[in-house]
Amino acid sequence: MQFFFEVLIGGLLSGVMYSFVALGFVLIYKASGVFNFAQGAMVFFAALTFVGIQEMGAPFWLALILAFGAMVLLGMATERIVLRPLVNQPHITLFMATIGLTFFVEGLAQGIWGSTVRGLDLGIQDEPIEWLMDKAGILVSSFDLFAAGVAAALVTLLALFFQYTRVGRALRAVADDHQAALSIGIPLQNIWRIVWAVAGFVALVAGLLWGARNGVQFALTFTALKALPVLILGGFTSVPGAIVGGLIIGSTEKLAEVYLGGYVGGGIDSWFPYVMALAFLLVRPEGLFGEKHIDRV
Amino acid sequence: MLYREAGQFKTSYAADQQIFPIRQDRIAIGLILAVAALVVPFVASEYWIKAILIPFLIFSLAALGLNILTGYAGQLSLGSAAFMAVGAFAAYNFMGRIEGMPVLLAFIGGGLSAAAVGILFGLPSLRIKGFYLAVATLAAQFFIVWALTKFGWFSMDSSSGVITAQDIVILGFRFDTPVSVYLLVLTIVVVMALLAKNMVRSSVGRAWMAVRDMDVAAEVIGIRIMHTKLLAFAISSFYCGVAGALYAYAYLGTVEPEGFNLDLSFKILFMIIIGGVGSIMGSFLGSAFIVLLPILLDVLIQDFLTGLLPPSISSNLQLMVFGGLIIFFLIVEPHGLARLWQIGKEKLRLWPFPH
Amino acid sequence: MKVKTIALLVAAAASAGVSGSVLAQAKEQFIGLPSYRVGPYAAGGSGIYGGWIDYMTLVNERDGGINGVKLTWEECETEYNNARGVECYERLKKKGATGNTTFQPLSTGITYSVLDKVAQDKIPMVTIGYGRTDAADGRVFPWVFPMITTYWSQATGMVKYIGQKEGGLDKLKGKKIVYLYHDSAFGKEGIPVLEKQAAKHGFNLKTIPVAHPGNEQQSQWLTIRQEKPDWVILWGWGVMNPTALKAAAKTGFPREKMVGVWWSGAEEDTVPAGDAAKGFTAAGFNVAGTNYPVVKAIQDNVYKKNKGNMEDKSRVGSIYYNRGVVHGIITVEAIRVAQEKFGKGKPLTAEQARWGFEHLHIDAKRLKELGAEGFMPDLAITCADHEGSGKVKFQQWDGKAWKVVSDWVDADKEMVRPMIEESAGKYAKEKGLTLRDCAKEG
Repeated sequence: MQFFFEVLIGGLLSGVMYSFVALGFVLIYKASGVFNFAQGAMVFFAALTFVGIQEMGAPFWLALILAFGAMVLLGMATERIVLRPLVNQPHITLFMATIGLTFFVEGLAQGIWGSTVRGLDLGIQDEPIEWLMDKAGILVSSFDLFAAGVAAALVTLLALFFQYTRVGRALRAVADDHQAALSIGIPLQNIWRIVWAVAGFVALVAGLLWGARNGVQFALTFTALKALPVLILGGFTSVPGAIVGGLIIGSTEKLAEVYLGGYVGGGIDSWFPYVMALAFLLVRPEGLFGEKHIDRV
Repeated sequence: MLYREAGQFKTSYAADQQIFPIRQDRIAIGLILAVAALVVPFVASEYWIKAILIPFLIFSLAALGLNILTGYAGQLSLGSAAFMAVGAFAAYNFMGRIEGMPVLLAFIGGGLSAAAVGILFGLPSLRIKGFYLAVATLAAQFFIVWALTKFGWFSMDSSSGVITAQDIVILGFRFDTPVSVYLLVLTIVVVMALLAKNMVRSSVGRAWMAVRDMDVAAEVIGIRIMHTKLLAFAISSFYCGVAGALYAYAYLGTVEPEGFNLDLSFKILFMIIIGGVGSIMGSFLGSAFIVLLPILLDVLIQDFLTGLLPPSISSNLQLMVFGGLIIFFLIVEPHGLARLWQIGKEKLRLWPFPH
Repeated sequence: MKVKTIALLVAAAASAGVSGSVLAQAKEQFIGLPSYRVGPYAAGGSGIYGGWIDYMTLVNERDGGINGVKLTWEECETEYNNARGVECYERLKKKGATGNTTFQPLSTGITYSVLDKVAQDKIPMVTIGYGRTDAADGRVFPWVFPMITTYWSQATGMVKYIGQKEGGLDKLKGKKIVYLYHDSAFGKEGIPVLEKQAAKHGFNLKTIPVAHPGNEQQSQWLTIRQEKPDWVILWGWGVMNPTALKAAAKTGFPREKMVGVWWSGAEEDTVPAGDAAKGFTAAGFNVAGTNYPVVKAIQDNVYKKNKGNMEDKSRVGSIYYNRGVVHGIITVEAIRVAQEKFGKGKPLTAEQARWGFEHLHIDAKRLKELGAEGFMPDLAITCADHEGSGKVKFQQWDGKAWKVVSDWVDADKEMVRPMIEESAGKYAKEKGLTLRDCAKEG
């Protein structure tokens, strides 16, 4: 039983890590209806830029600001060069354009900073918390708790931003209905730029956390694949959905690998989250918190 | 002047309903086929046949399969490579386990197996739509590759989990030279493309398009949604499966499950987007573009930039230019190369007196 | 519209004009390099091909080529993708005065994809430390050389090393070893031989797969904690390695008790894991460090003249870089051997180069002359044995660099060789091949 809880807690906490990447997808999809496949590449680009600047001798805060600046630039350029000419195109075209963007960003990142694999130390130990080990015999890493804290802070920040700022209100209006928002004079393109910048910030946070855990390397782009089932389970348009979805996917994936994996030879966590999300969708086709879609003839 | 249909009167239903109603089109297609079958084998170098034309044809077939599903029936799928894998592995098993199995039958068997798997993974499409469905098809992508790696049965217990395609022998003729393999692939692809061209003009194709454009409306006018969608999945997967079998037998020889990864699925999706969604012709154009572009970039950069740039930068530059060109094409012509082709044809119709 | 059309037409016309430039010059030996410098494995690709190119530059600069024959090369970007690899193979095949000398793709997938083609085109394929293990049987695979050591040899070497650490192979009885592997053809490669080893030495083997890419291993490591093994063999690839080391630290498993495959044992695998990697040991057929005459020679003759291939010079002497140097040494030595038979100072065809690979003997003396003593194992390829050595060295990560902690450890040849022959025999039967009779060949 204790082992069960250990796996469950570990799973929930790794789910938080998935949520970070899923959040970036949600923000952009919500505001512009673009399924931004380049989010994984953005995570990679952000983390690599941060580490690259740090290597040049910049202190932590400066690297953070500069990396964020780079992400804002990238977001704005994307809006201007990729999205604006593609307004009103079918979703699949936009989706494809973001895959093109993925290649571009991946090439850009490795072209600028080289292909060397780098470590990243945020100064937080990725080791079990001792008194929890002693008291309950359950293994919880302090890094995971830190990540969970960051997630909570980030979601709160986003919620406040959406709820109480002018830009946030405009964002919600755009998410609700592009046309209506435009007609009451909300500058759509500004909003998109801001959303891409915010998504860039989320990518940076995700990149730092994932980078501190596994190293800053190309494989950071694969985090997108972990985020997709979270996304469909939580719904493409819901920020809480991304968090809850992450928790569900993370925990069931781990439990399944430990308890079911043995029967089929293991290694099932490549597809299990997808099948789970799929089964879930059969019951709720819009995901947990997604907007219900009504077809009219 | 040359491309004008004035004066071509149809006097029978058969003439009115043929695949290429315009005479010039028929001549052009005939010419292309004749060149592909009779001229290319003599003029193309081994490099062109083995490294470009054969993969181009095979990818065209896979893109055609995906185009049926995505372009005609409107169901976005990111699992094409997995269906190709099913086709390749099934064909291998048919050949390996059944004594004296004709290779063409094994290809068809591979296609049918892929179709069966396609129907299975198409079931969710009855409930789920759009990107939700696309992500759900990733389940197929990952599950199939996992299963093929995990269970040795599929690779007939080869120690490394890879399959090595048997020789292609049809009626005692051994297809072992590049040219013979090319002609075999060409024949299969042309036959299947003509079948597809016909299919999308039939009631089946019209039902697909109705579902694509609005499935609720299609249902209202009496189209059986389940039947139509699953048929699209089955036929699309059949095409992908045959393409996968050819990929293993006519192109690579030895394949591993990981070769059919998500990247390959994306590549095929790119082909239909760049080539033209909902266009048979587009599948070929897109395949040519995606096969040739990276090679072209590599050659250009190797020839002109070696020495000027550090090697890793030039490699990354290729990737950036590739990504950039895809975006460029999507912006310039979101309906794909097939649309350009159509525009060109219409211009040609009026040429040289456009007014 | 017009601009668009023109732009598209230009693109289309440009794609139609692909053609290779063939430079026919005498006294040159062309080597095609199917490299990959982008994507997830770019660090490995740029390191290995960089080291290899630097070694060839060294031979050209210092010795004026091989007996006067200059080495030339051209890279072709494969992106670690099978179809692109095949295209590169075909593109490079006919280049140079005498065609491509040898094809070494550094990717097991591409190796499989061109396996049949190299035999048809008569181009030797050398796969050092990857590829198809049973190709070590040269009677079945005359054109393929999985040189130095194969995965199976390495697995037995690891067991031997663990035995040494435990104080003798007999002490392995009753011990528990977890085999944590990348869930792919590559990862599964180690299982059959380890199962046999377990039966032979009486240890318990537990296999745990990690799905690609392996950037999340919480459940696997909790299982390992539950199992309480004495040793963990890490058979990883890419991001899976630092993740495993981090997760081991997280679950409190001692890194000193982890032994990695050679694709787990580079700086790229340990640096990202930070302190968590300290104490981790990995097998390798080459060592790290710049302290070998051959690496020094490269620094003096190549980098001092600004002709080096690595942009990041600090990577000279890293595991991957040195592995590239090993590739260079083997290729150059094989050409040298072949020149002795087919004419000194003459460019060779690929078929002649194959003879060189098959008669390659790099003994301790030759290693010393090359300045690679202790850098790589000695090897002797024969008609039947395309592996030639089977030896690995173990190196431990001290937090900053890889330190050699063992001598060359031999493989359990009595076990591995029959397995190779059995597997190759199965392949031969399937393909209807007749085995070469090695007794008849020189």
